[in-house]
Amino acid sequence: MTFTVRNVPNGVIIVSVDGQLIVANRNELKDKVLKALEDGESKFVLDFSSTEYIDSSGLGVLVSVSKKIREGGGELRLAGLNEDLRMLFELTKLDTLFKICDKTDEAVQSF
Amino acid sequence: MVIVPLRLCVRRPDLVNPRGTDEGLLMTITVPSELEIVEQTVDIVARYCLACGLSVRAVRFNLRVALSEALANAIVYGNRLDPGKRVHVTLRQRGEGVEVSVQDQGSGFDPHGIPDPRRPDCLERPEGRGLFLIKELVDGLAFNEKGTSVCMTLHRA
Repeated sequence: MTFTVRNVPNGVIIVSVDGQLIVANRNELKDKVLKALEDGESKFVLDFSSTEYIDSSGLGVLVSVSKKIREGGGELRLAGLNEDLRMLFELTKLDTLFKICDKTDEAVQSF
Repeated sequence: MVIVPLRLCVRRPDLVNPRGTDEGLLMTITVPSELEIVEQTVDIVARYCLACGLSVRAVRFNLRVALSEALANAIVYGNRLDPGKRVHVTLRQRGEGVEVSVQDQGSGFDPHGIPDPRRPDCLERPEGRGLFLIKELVDGLAFNEKGTSVCMTLHRA
């Protein structure tokens, strides 16, 4: 399974991305986040600690879900990005758009 | 009997050019217009690039990202996922490193017509980062006149 959704006690939804977030599976992530948003969830952590690669389409879907979450009154954190993935965010200046935490626990506590 | 359709065609120099006149040509790969083939293609090219002396970092990150983006662009925007069209990847060894070309069978695009995705008015757009990442991560970049082929050069460290 590429995406795993789990609730943690303080009302945060953690979506873990296993492997890759790329053009071939990006809509699956979008659907899962939007479904949770429709269900009334508002605090999201996307956990990339088991993610090897995000392509430009994956970055694009993150921008898209971030906007939807914000418009729905929610908040999003990204966590667990490895050095290469961080580099992609820095190159594209998306590190200025997202709240990025080193660890998932830290992201959960940050709300 | 199970017939497995041809997914990916790799040709090496002894097959591509038996006379050896195309100096530097390492291989060509012809792939279908399917996104599922991107990773496999990148893996094959990456192995050759390591053998050519590119650093692990350049292959693992720069090549992987740039070639994945170029292939996805060719398949999605160039060939528009048309199963009747192919993407051709050519790998050549050059003095300073390697040159990887990706050519689609689409109608071409204007590489200069894509805005910088880092611009404040573009930052929240969901698309438009692929070509930018390629430009940032390779040492040399060229397009053919029609806009159907991108040629990326990566240098040895």
